[in-house]
Amino acid sequence: MATTSLKKLSEREDLLSGGHAACPGCGGTVILRQVLLAAQQDDYHVVASIATGCMEVVTTIYPNSAWRVPLVHNAFENSAATISGAEAAYRSLKRQGKYEGKVAFFAFGGDGGTYDIGLQSLSGALERGHNFTYVCYDNEAYMNTGIQRSGATPKGANTTTAPAGKVEPGKRECKKDLTAIVIAHNIPYCAQASPHQPRDLMKKAQKATVTEGPCFINVLSPCPRGWRFPPDQTIQIAQLAADTCVWPLYEIENGKLTINYKPREKKPVTEWLKSQGRFKHLFQPKNQYLVEEIQQDVDARWRRLLAREAADSEEPE
Amino acid sequence: MAERVALTGNDSAAYALKQINPDVMAVYPITPQTELMHKFAAYVADGEVVTELVRVESEHSAMSAVVGASVAGARAATATSANGLALMWEVLYIAASCRCPVVACVVNRALSGPINIHCDHSDTMGARDSGWLQLYCENCQEVYDNTIQAVRIAEHPDVRLPVMVCFDGFILSHTLEALEVNDDETVRRFIGQFERPDNLLDVAHAQTFGMFALQNYYYEFKKQQVDAMANAPAVIQQIGDEYAELTGRSYGLLDAYRCDDADVILLGLGSTMGTVKQAADDLGEQEGLKCGVLKIRSFRPFPAEQILQAIAGAQIVGVMDRAVSFGLGGPLFHEVRSARYGHQDGPMLDFIYGLGGRDLGLDDAKGIFRSLADASESGRYEPTTRYVGVRE
Repeated sequence: MATTSLKKLSEREDLLSGGHAACPGCGGTVILRQVLLAAQQDDYHVVASIATGCMEVVTTIYPNSAWRVPLVHNAFENSAATISGAEAAYRSLKRQGKYEGKVAFFAFGGDGGTYDIGLQSLSGALERGHNFTYVCYDNEAYMNTGIQRSGATPKGANTTTAPAGKVEPGKRECKKDLTAIVIAHNIPYCAQASPHQPRDLMKKAQKATVTEGPCFINVLSPCPRGWRFPPDQTIQIAQLAADTCVWPLYEIENGKLTINYKPREKKPVTEWLKSQGRFKHLFQPKNQYLVEEIQQDVDARWRRLLAREAADSEEPE
Repeated sequence: MAERVALTGNDSAAYALKQINPDVMAVYPITPQTELMHKFAAYVADGEVVTELVRVESEHSAMSAVVGASVAGARAATATSANGLALMWEVLYIAASCRCPVVACVVNRALSGPINIHCDHSDTMGARDSGWLQLYCENCQEVYDNTIQAVRIAEHPDVRLPVMVCFDGFILSHTLEALEVNDDETVRRFIGQFERPDNLLDVAHAQTFGMFALQNYYYEFKKQQVDAMANAPAVIQQIGDEYAELTGRSYGLLDAYRCDDADVILLGLGSTMGTVKQAADDLGEQEGLKCGVLKIRSFRPFPAEQILQAIAGAQIVGVMDRAVSFGLGGPLFHEVRSARYGHQDGPMLDFIYGLGGRDLGLDDAKGIFRSLADASESGRYEPTTRYVGVRE
């Protein structure tokens, strides 16, 4: 049986080695390590693809690779299409009796490679029903190229392409709800997770591994450089995202939604905004309205999640 | 046993692919390629192939999936046309640099815009620097034969590069021709098994494919592609010879027709070469003009040496280009002229023709030969680039 016991996992070899070039405090590499350790258990072997982006750049600088599982990097927008080709190869070779072994296919991508440029490739692979899991490490902007605004950047954030200036308050638009878009594909398993809850994230990775068909896990990936917080605060920042309901942890299994974490006391969104330099300008009086809007957006989304969970629990099994 | 059948170009390619029986194919509809895909999908639906057919949501994903399949150790193929090839562009280069020996049937069609669905070579000409080999076909027999040989050429250990089999949209893709096909067993034996020693599914030896190579390594990756491409002419010839022994149909890097004692030689690619051969025959018989035709089968690698040998005796050489490099002229013309530099003198004219499917008939082909003969006789070679059949 696959384990999420930290004690047991600490005795295993990490499948993403140290020595890579990620920034101090990077949430992305923590996520990769947790997912790989969780998935490669029992008789499963992980085979992965990765989109161009931070994690690809820092872990695969030739002639060194931090990956202890097979990995293919193709381009920016095609992590899902690439893994669908590899998975098709696996199915074909297995059917012909040319391959033994059990593979768990994983595709990784950042928010740029998933919410934006890779959305079509992801949607196609989900619709086609390949047996794989897509993991998005969402650091809410194009961090690799220098903190540019993406579809995942939240309202009010300061980025290099939507900077907070004399007349502009940073990004004016809401964050795209990618998880909802993925859910609309009616895939068997979909979740949101966070690296501050390793057991929850790893359980989700394991559920996805054993689920037949396409699965998706959207993981919040705090970025000290882009979000402007000290690198020793990564896990606390992730925790704050869950406690403010900015990043709810939930999963949808065969159409049924379950919220995995409900803060006993939902913290105000200002605590989240204050923790990061990218939101600093929001506390100028002229931007006060944006803070209110952000709180309203978060509340509305949280209410909808609670309502959906309640509705789903009443549906007959 | 070989068999004589009537097939369109698309059906010829699909039939060859059925016999190749690739592990994975990824395809997306586009005119005029689509019927190739229909035919192959029917083979899948009837259980005549083992292929996993991935019906992707775009050509970009088709090429991406083919790369994923190929690095996973599968024999993989795709097919497309024009804008579809353009959408694959980014990944074409990656397929070559990841040394994926995949085959793509490209049914030549004019690139937009204006949007057009008919034949020219603007699509594959634009991909000539992508690191793929390119074989051009004159007729449906060649479509069939080249598709089969492409697998061997691509997978040859001295090459290990992707191959495009290029054939003219509608003119070949939708035209029924009689051709000879091999039996399944002959094809199966000829192409053999595909094995990729380093592959993504080898979980016991985890490797990273498509790595990030900077100033200190990128150049060496590229030089290895240069070297592999330099090995390709000998491999194409060797596999062509082997195929000739098996089928009686011989294939080399090019096909010289009546070139030995020709005063005027026309070079070109694809189906038009059939028309041009007929024109050469007619002019020889009716007007005593000594005309030769040099059909280039392998445009990448570019067979410079063999071309020079074939045209050495000509008084004048014409090149037919079904594509244009804006601000320069015809791509084939410029490559041939560059190949001659320092080795061979002699006048040359460039004939741009057939863009967007503009028809080139027998009389047009004869007119091209006559204008070459006139230029040779008068010594007047201007303009160098001529646009055949365009309204001005």
